[in-house]
Amino acid sequence: MQQITMGQAIQQALAEEMHRDDSVFLAGEGIGVGIHDSPLMPTFGLLQEFGAGRVKDTPVSEAAIAGLAVGASVMGLRPVVEIMFNPFFTLASDQIVNHAAKLRYLSGGKSSFPLVVRIKTGAGGGAGCQHAHNLEAWAAHCPGLKVVMPGTAADAKGLLKSAIRDDNPVIFFEDMGLFFYPSAVPEEDYTIPIGVADIKKPGRDVTVVTWSKMLGVAFKAAAVLGQEGIDVEILDLRTLLPLDKEGVIRSVQKTGRLVVLHEATKTGGFGGEIAALVAEEAFSCLKAPIKRVAAPDIPVPSSLPLEQFYMPNENRLIEAVKSIVD
Amino acid sequence: MEQEKLMLYQNMLFIRRFEEKLTELCKIEGKVPGMMILCTGQEAVATGVCGALEKDDVIIGNHRSHGHLLAKGADPNALMAEIFGKVTGCNKGKSGTLHLAVPEVNALCTTTVVGGGIPIAVGTAFAQQYRESKAITVCFFGDGAADEGSFHESLNMAALWDLPVIFVCENNVYSGAQRMEEHTKVKDIALRAQGYGMPGVTVDGNDAEAVLQVTAEARQRCLAGEGPTLIECKTYRWRGHGELDHQVYQPKEEIAMWMERCPIKKIEQQLLVEGAISREDIAALEESIAMFVDDAVRFAEESPYPAPEEALEDVYI
Repeated sequence: MQQITMGQAIQQALAEEMHRDDSVFLAGEGIGVGIHDSPLMPTFGLLQEFGAGRVKDTPVSEAAIAGLAVGASVMGLRPVVEIMFNPFFTLASDQIVNHAAKLRYLSGGKSSFPLVVRIKTGAGGGAGCQHAHNLEAWAAHCPGLKVVMPGTAADAKGLLKSAIRDDNPVIFFEDMGLFFYPSAVPEEDYTIPIGVADIKKPGRDVTVVTWSKMLGVAFKAAAVLGQEGIDVEILDLRTLLPLDKEGVIRSVQKTGRLVVLHEATKTGGFGGEIAALVAEEAFSCLKAPIKRVAAPDIPVPSSLPLEQFYMPNENRLIEAVKSIVD
Repeated sequence: MEQEKLMLYQNMLFIRRFEEKLTELCKIEGKVPGMMILCTGQEAVATGVCGALEKDDVIIGNHRSHGHLLAKGADPNALMAEIFGKVTGCNKGKSGTLHLAVPEVNALCTTTVVGGGIPIAVGTAFAQQYRESKAITVCFFGDGAADEGSFHESLNMAALWDLPVIFVCENNVYSGAQRMEEHTKVKDIALRAQGYGMPGVTVDGNDAEAVLQVTAEARQRCLAGEGPTLIECKTYRWRGHGELDHQVYQPKEEIAMWMERCPIKKIEQQLLVEGAISREDIAALEESIAMFVDDAVRFAEESPYPAPEEALEDVYI
C-alpha cells in the first residue's frame, strides 16, 4: 500500500473525484498558485492537471468564496471550496451558517446544496490564534451541515470522496499537523461513510473518544497505559455531525468508562456533547465519572512553550484515564 | 411595445393588490405569522427587471421579494399559502413570507440576511458560465445591502471573472430607519460599479419600461461574455420596513410626493392616453385581479397546516 500524507491523500481524493465528475470544481485562496506551494499541500498540481476553469484561485474574499459554493451547488455543480485557516471561517460564516445549512430547509426540500467547504485547521505551527482555532463545535451546532474531521490519511481520502458525492453541505476540517507524516492509504477508489465512528484500537477498560490530530495522542497514551495493564479502546469519531451515537454508546457499554479528548478548548467544545450523550443514554453503564481532556480556555498562543502548554498531550490523557480506572 | 407596456401594467397591478391584501390580512390577529415586509410602491423594479428575463434566468431575492417572485411567474396560491404557513405553501411552511424560494421559476433563494444573497448570485452565475448556458442571474437587494461587506466581495469577484450576473440595487431611500444620506456618503449606489470595473447604471425605478430596457441591455452584455452590471433603481418604500413599523422617520410629505409618482398610475395614464386601454378595461382588469388574489387567500385559508412533526423533515436530503 502507498505511504502518503493526509495532504497527499486529500489531493488524490480531489483529483479522482474531478476525473469522475465534471461538475466538481475547486475554488479558494491560493489553491492553484499559492503562497504555500508544496507537494504536501492538498491542492498541489491540480491547476496544471485540470486547468484554471476548474481550479479557481479567488481573491481574498471568504464570504464570496462560500457564497460561490452555495450558488453553484444549487445549480447542480459540486463545488469544493477551501477556507485557508479555520479562524477565517468567521468571514465565511454567514454563507455557511445562514445559507448553506438552511436553504434546503427553507425551500421545503425542493433544493439541494451539494457543496464541500474544506477548512485547514490545528495548532502546532506557532502561527498563533488568528491562524489556529478549532471551531468544529460551532459548525456542529448548525443543523443542515455535516461536519467531518478525519484523523488519518486513509480516512481523509475516503471521507472526502463521500463528502463530495454527498448531496448536503459538508464542512471538512483538515488538521495541518497531519499533512506531513506518511501513513498507509489504499490506492483504489473507495469511500468511507459519513456519520460512522471507527474503533481504531479495541480495548476493555476505558473508551477514549477523539478525532483529528488527537488520535495520535490517544495512541501514545494507550501504549503507555497498556504497559501498566490498562486496556484503552480508541474510538475515532471521524464525523461530528451526524453523530454516531450508537457507536459511542456501544463502546462505553463495553468499557464502562469514557474520556473525551479534543484539541479545541474545553468550554463549549464538542466533548461536552459526547459526555452529555453518554450521561443521558448510557449512565447506568458507567463505572466512573466522565472526563474531558481538552485545551484550556485560552486563545492559541504563539510562543513554542506556550503553544505546547495549550495542546492536549498524552500525559494529560494518561492522568485523566488513571483518575477513573481503579 | 404596447403589448409589453400592458404586460408591465398588469403585473404591477397584480403585485400591488397582492401586497395590499397582505396589509389588510396582517392586521388580523393570528392570521399570518411573523413579520410582513411588502414592496408596495416598488412594483416597477420587479416587473421591469423580470420582464427582460427568460424562464431559465435565475433570480436571487431578499426579504422584500413578493414582487420579484410574482413577476418571475410564481404561483400566487402557493405563495399566499406559504405566507400563511400552510402545508400547500411553496416551501411547505418552512420559509414563511421572508425566505420564499420558488425553484420552479428559477427563483432559487430569497434571504433575509441583508446582502446575503449577493455572494450566492456569484455562485449561480458561475455555474451558468461553467456550463456555458444561455441564462443569466439577477440579484435583487436594497440600498442598505450595498453597505455590507458581501456586496464588495461579490461585485469584485463577479467582475474579475466576467460572470453573467446583474446586480439590481432597489434603492427605496431607506435602510431600516436610515435615510440614504444617513447610511452612505455617495449619492448614487451605481457609482460604486466603477470601483469594480463594471458598468453602473442609474434608472428611474418607478418607470417599469426604463427598468426593462436597462435590464435587457445588461442581459445582452452578460450573454456576450462582457460580465456583470450594477443597476440602481431609484424608487421609494411607501410602507415601513415592515407593517409594524410606524414610519416615524419618514416625512408624510415625502411619502405623498412619491405616491404621486406611483409607477402604476404612470403607466396607466400612458396606456389611456395612447388608447391602448379604456376605463372599462381597467375596471375589468381590477375585477379579475381581485378574483385571483381572493382565490389565493381562500386557497391559503382552506389549506391545512403542516403536521408539527413535519418540522423534522427537509433538513438533509
